[in-house]
Amino acid sequence: MKSKVNYQAKDLLRDSSFELRAHKDAAGTILPTIMNPEFIDCPSCKRRALRSAWEKNLFACPNCGKLKPIGGYYRLSLILDKGSFKEMDYDMTVSDPLGFPGYAEKVAAQEKKTGLKEAVITATGKIGGIPVVTVVLDSRFFMGSMSTIVGEKVTRAIEVATSRKLPLIIFSASGGARMQEGIYSLMQMAKTAAAIEAFSESGGLYISYLTHPTTGGVTASFATLGDITLAEPGALIGFAGPRVIEQTINAKLPKGFQRAEYLESHGFVDKIVPRNEMRDTLIDILRLHVTNTKNENKGFSVVKNNE
Amino acid sequence: MNNNNNLTAEEKVRIARNIDRPHVDDIIKNLFTDFFEQKGDHLFDEDLSIYGGIARYKGMPVTIIGHRKGHNIQDNIKFNFGMPRPEGYRKALRLMKQAEKFGRPIITFVDTPGAYPGKEAEEHGQGEAIAKNLAAMSSLKVPVITVVTGEGNSGGALAISVANRILMLENAVYSVLSPEGFASILWKDSSRKREACDLMKLTAHDLQDAGVTDEVVPEPAGGAHTDPDTLYANLDAVLYKHLQELKLMSSSELVADRRLKFRNIGRTEEAEYITG
Ligand SMILES: [Zn+2]
Repeated sequence: MKSKVNYQAKDLLRDSSFELRAHKDAAGTILPTIMNPEFIDCPSCKRRALRSAWEKNLFACPNCGKLKPIGGYYRLSLILDKGSFKEMDYDMTVSDPLGFPGYAEKVAAQEKKTGLKEAVITATGKIGGIPVVTVVLDSRFFMGSMSTIVGEKVTRAIEVATSRKLPLIIFSASGGARMQEGIYSLMQMAKTAAAIEAFSESGGLYISYLTHPTTGGVTASFATLGDITLAEPGALIGFAGPRVIEQTINAKLPKGFQRAEYLESHGFVDKIVPRNEMRDTLIDILRLHVTNTKNENKGFSVVKNNE
Repeated sequence: MNNNNNLTAEEKVRIARNIDRPHVDDIIKNLFTDFFEQKGDHLFDEDLSIYGGIARYKGMPVTIIGHRKGHNIQDNIKFNFGMPRPEGYRKALRLMKQAEKFGRPIITFVDTPGAYPGKEAEEHGQGEAIAKNLAAMSSLKVPVITVVTGEGNSGGALAISVANRILMLENAVYSVLSPEGFASILWKDSSRKREACDLMKLTAHDLQDAGVTDEVVPEPAGGAHTDPDTLYANLDAVLYKHLQELKLMSSSELVADRRLKFRNIGRTEEAEYITG
């Protein structure tokens, strides 16, 4: 693909502001919902824990382990080597291919609320010294739904990984199709799946990490096409939503249905990986695939600690 | 040659779902010879909502795959109203890979309310099965033509539609979700179906503008079911033309052509990539 190299002052500023954005993401994970910032109640087990305990636990409940959704920049800050984050296509904004009534206003409200321009962040970076292309769908923006631009940014990231021969790591989270973009949303499934196919043909390693919730068109395209499929504990992963299924079959679904653990036991997930083990797990998998590269031959040292 | 221009999108949806409309088995009987049905995914099960096999088209062996609907309620129950399970998609993939092996063009016929949202369907990997088809179809080395004959909804339709050419019957519709489902998700009110139909741009002509549909096949006035023979003649002409064009292409050209078709939907050229 044609990728214009255009490194300006504002971009440099943006790189250095990654830490700031990650910090804001982390704070935003819990701040708006609480009165007393010292303690945070778990919506799942209802027990209370110190804010600092939540933060230390990467926003998994210190009592029951239930995960709070986290923002894309914060998630990347838990994974990437310090200072290695370089965002792609950050200025691509939502398109409105159907001219759908009220959509532009909704988009503006989402932008204001989240500070994001679309539901996906695409970037290059390093993990344990190994260069990668990484994609994070952010469920705070339109529930991480597949829009034309989400499909386009994901495809462009896959194409960069293909042309530069870099491993690809995608963190999926999606409520499904972006209804307001109709058929254009649907077609992004074929577009991203075809890009993954070309990447795979070129010998590239794709690690797919499924986070809560991954459903609909994202599940039925790039999210389930990984060489290695990992999932976050307790994440809801499926094609149809549980409510639609219950209405269709006119019966209650079993406990734990469509959860990460259920998918693991039904043969669709290689490993369930908690947040705090994610970086080390990725480094382990990447190292198993980069042997005999020039990095390894030079005795490249892999740094496992994010500090 | 458009006899149905005066119809609203909602009226077209109704015609697309008409129980008397020609289905994949009717089209096979009228446009193809020597049909040999192939059953099962050869992994776990046979899904009757996907119909497929080998046939001859003007003497040339082709592989045919289509969603199956019936002309009465008993058949529709048997075919699960054309809503496939993962086994159906895996059967389709098996037939497509075989077509590729033997150099047969693939013709798919789309007519589905969507993939079946069932418990076992999820347990057997509905999402994974659809995704695998999308990826695999993008690299098939033989010509692939999709004909949307009725309603094509969601990933359940797309899973057999990653084609070099997408043809749509004039009153067929193709969309991200059924208009009822769309209205229910967006407005929590499935009765706003007409409004949804108008906004979704789901008719054959709308989708030509979107770069999804390559050619619209004219139907007799009032819809294909009023005069099926005219429909078959019209479809035959359009299908033959596109197949002849695709037969001139090499296998690498076919793959590149198909990938480019989908790559270009929603393509952005000018945004910048910040290098690392
Ligand atoms: Zn808890």
